[in-house]
Amino acid sequence: MSDLKELFREKAELVAAKVTNIKSMEEAYAYAANYVAEKNPCELLIPSSPSAPQPEFAEEKIMAAPELSDEQYAALAKECEAKGVKLIKDGMRGYMAGIDAGFTIADAGLIETGSIVQQSNGEELRLATMVSEVHVAVLPASKIFEDSIAAEKLLLELMSGVAYTAFITGPSRTADIERTLAIGAHGPLELHILLLED
Amino acid sequence: MHNAENLKEYREDMQEALDNEFLRKSMDAFAVGYRENRAKAFAGIDERALIKKIADCKDYAVKNNAALMKQFTEEAEKRGVHVHQAKDAEEANRIIAEIAKKNNVKKIIKSKSMTSEETLLNHYLEDENLNVVETDLGEWIIQMRHEGPSHMVMPAIHLSRYQVQDLFSKRTGEKLDSDPVKLTKVARRELRRDFADADMGISGANFCVAENGHIGIATNEGNARLTTTAPRIHVAIAGIDKLVPKLTDALTALKALPRNATGQALTSYVTWIGGANECAIGEDEKKEMHIVFLDNGRSKIAEDEMFSQIFRCVRCGACANVCPVYRLVGGHKMGHIYIGAIGLILTYFFHGEEKAKNLVHNCINCGACKSICAGGIDLPGLIKELRARINQDNGMPIETNLLGKVLKNRKLFHSLLRFGKWAQAPMKKGPYLRHLPLMFMKDQGFRSFPSIADKPFRDRFSEIKPMVHNPKHRVALFSGCVQDFVYPEQMEAAVKVMARHNVAIDFPMDQSCCGLPVQMMGEKQATIDVAKQNVDAFEGTNCDYIVTLCASCASHLKEGYAELLENEPGYKAKVERFSAKIIDFSSYAHDVLGVSADDFNKSSEKVAYHASCHLCRELKVVEQPRNLIEMAGDYAPSAEEDVCCGFGGTFTVKFPELSSTLLDKKLTNIEATGAKRLVADCPGCLLHLGGGSNVRNNGIKVTHIAELLAENLK
Ligand code: SF4
Ligand code: SF4
Repeated sequence: MSDLKELFREKAELVAAKVTNIKSMEEAYAYAANYVAEKNPCELLIPSSPSAPQPEFAEEKIMAAPELSDEQYAALAKECEAKGVKLIKDGMRGYMAGIDAGFTIADAGLIETGSIVQQSNGEELRLATMVSEVHVAVLPASKIFEDSIAAEKLLLELMSGVAYTAFITGPSRTADIERTLAIGAHGPLELHILLLED
Repeated sequence: MHNAENLKEYREDMQEALDNEFLRKSMDAFAVGYRENRAKAFAGIDERALIKKIADCKDYAVKNNAALMKQFTEEAEKRGVHVHQAKDAEEANRIIAEIAKKNNVKKIIKSKSMTSEETLLNHYLEDENLNVVETDLGEWIIQMRHEGPSHMVMPAIHLSRYQVQDLFSKRTGEKLDSDPVKLTKVARRELRRDFADADMGISGANFCVAENGHIGIATNEGNARLTTTAPRIHVAIAGIDKLVPKLTDALTALKALPRNATGQALTSYVTWIGGANECAIGEDEKKEMHIVFLDNGRSKIAEDEMFSQIFRCVRCGACANVCPVYRLVGGHKMGHIYIGAIGLILTYFFHGEEKAKNLVHNCINCGACKSICAGGIDLPGLIKELRARINQDNGMPIETNLLGKVLKNRKLFHSLLRFGKWAQAPMKKGPYLRHLPLMFMKDQGFRSFPSIADKPFRDRFSEIKPMVHNPKHRVALFSGCVQDFVYPEQMEAAVKVMARHNVAIDFPMDQSCCGLPVQMMGEKQATIDVAKQNVDAFEGTNCDYIVTLCASCASHLKEGYAELLENEPGYKAKVERFSAKIIDFSSYAHDVLGVSADDFNKSSEKVAYHASCHLCRELKVVEQPRNLIEMAGDYAPSAEEDVCCGFGGTFTVKFPELSSTLLDKKLTNIEATGAKRLVADCPGCLLHLGGGSNVRNNGIKVTHIAELLAENLK
């Protein structure tokens, strides 16, 4: 198992994801709350008014965690409160200008490409993982596969009805100007993967 | 976008590209960097097996397109999607505009879609007073500049950071920094409001999976995810060639697509959408989702036995990345909408013969695209075939027709070549011709032409034919017209090397030109006729090997003939026997004769090597010539050894500007090694490289590899 984790970490780091080993969900909550508390304020991509200074930064720290169980959400909320971070689970359309972080639990990891598979059927989760500056995803180690083809059965299950599924490989990026790599195009600037020993 | 009316205008367009210094530098850096990144990305992967799998799946999909369409439609409809089929660009655009109007749409955001470029969708929607915003950074840039894409994956690759800086500064009214990372941030900010405000999102689709009605979209920027999430309506537009049976087929193709496109193992996002997902601002909190399938001539191509393979294309853009012509002139000169080798072909099918007729000649037949195509498409082969079709429809250009007629009659052709010797007499200077009397040889001053030999090889052979008793095997030589009439000394050198090894050598007198030049010009019947002549000439020789010193002839005889004569009555078995015996000189000397260092007095002369396209890519002969050089001399590797020298036969005549630029690059790399000797395996390359060296006066002696070996025999 630890081999798979190491292999996954190696590939994910190649594409600029930050990978951290954790032993419990509690560690994940603390990690996310801390990171958001300490990071630079979020740049508001839609200014609050035409005369607002550019770039304009948000005054409060916000994290969204749309699809946690009530219990998980309560535990994360406690950590956030202690750090002065506002935690939300819906209303993402009101935050198109940007938030600090989106917190999710990934459905699978793919070693070959260092990707996570994230079921994104819910609109709140889709937006939370796109308009956030940092995407923090917990990946249970038991869900690491060699590649997408090895995960085919799971993928077909995820796609069995009306569905929206994503492979996410590092933060968003582009090289459209002189083929110079720029991290952070329209999606998150950072992807943090917390590898959970389960 | 390619709009030149005729070959002259087209050449002027290209001169403009050649004069664009930024473009040239940037393309050079890209070509070299891409090659390394791609090799890294494919490390540890059985590339050939992967490509074969993709090709097989796509071939199955094209044959079963109707069934897949039915299955996909059922699955997608089950998931609440409206599926439309458009027979042409106009219909696709109209369907999309109607969806917009019915839903009272004002602003549309788009993520990257080459199919929508093909239909010129943006123009159509703008004419309907809709506000359309491209959100892929490169697409957004060219949209503001009112240009078409110059690459299928990197649409703004032709622009410098300063041009983007100016554009963005104008848009924001601020003086911005030119740093690409900062400019990317500007786009991130400028476009976010559009994502938030838009009523409709339009995306393309890389895959349409029949088994579960899902579409798959690969992007790096995350704009497709926002485009398909934020607005209340999503319309995907896809060619019917994007249908694949199963998810695993799409996953397999995805292993090659990003690796081939940009050298990435995978794009940052692959988004799989199956149906009308949750959408807070939609009716019943559901997204309205449409898929528009575009035919636009595709189902007709699917029925074409030869061209149906273009359905294997996954639009990775790699055939442009490695193309020496693309590298010189950029995308706007190498395709109307789609770019690169596949762009030349798709221009013909999607945008018509008129737009394609000049473009299709701008291929040097170097095979670089074929060797990396993610679908294993025989791109140069199809480009040659298109020339033939266009000629058939328009009547043959006079010089093509004439050459074809002459070639069909070997005796006439050979007497003309002999006559050429007399015609050239007054302008011959040493072994090179300074001026050619031929009208159509305009703009050819960048390299001298060799003169016709006093006595062709065919007249010399009887004098040098070695006498052997109990030969270990029998060889018949195929000379090709250049070596027979221009470079007989190359053939003689080969005979000298072989004679040491107790083999019987024959030279069948009825052989003629291999026919590749007329094929390149699109003269199909003459190509078939000379092929038959040559097969017949060797049929009775009872030889074990047919050895040729010309890599282009070898590849044409070995791979081209079988296809050409497949359906000619009485030739199937004959041509199989013939092709099986064909071998290039280096492989023959190295693998069959087994020459070794012991055969030579290894000289200390530094020798550079040019890897001819047809040898290293078509015949995949890589090690043998380099080992041979090292046996006889001191091999001096040069940069980009396997990049085309720019000859390409008829190409050098049609596009002298491009041909000479490629030649300059090649010789600059060779000169950098300090070697004063250059060898290659192909008389066409040698003619080009020798003539160029003569004009540059660089003191480099250019010969066939056989001559190097013969000189240094013990
Ligand atoms: S054969 Fe060579 S020149 Fe022709 S399209 Fe392919 S890469 Fe370009
Ligand atoms: S033809 Fe081949 S190399 Fe060119 S874009 Fe299509 S798949 Fe890629």
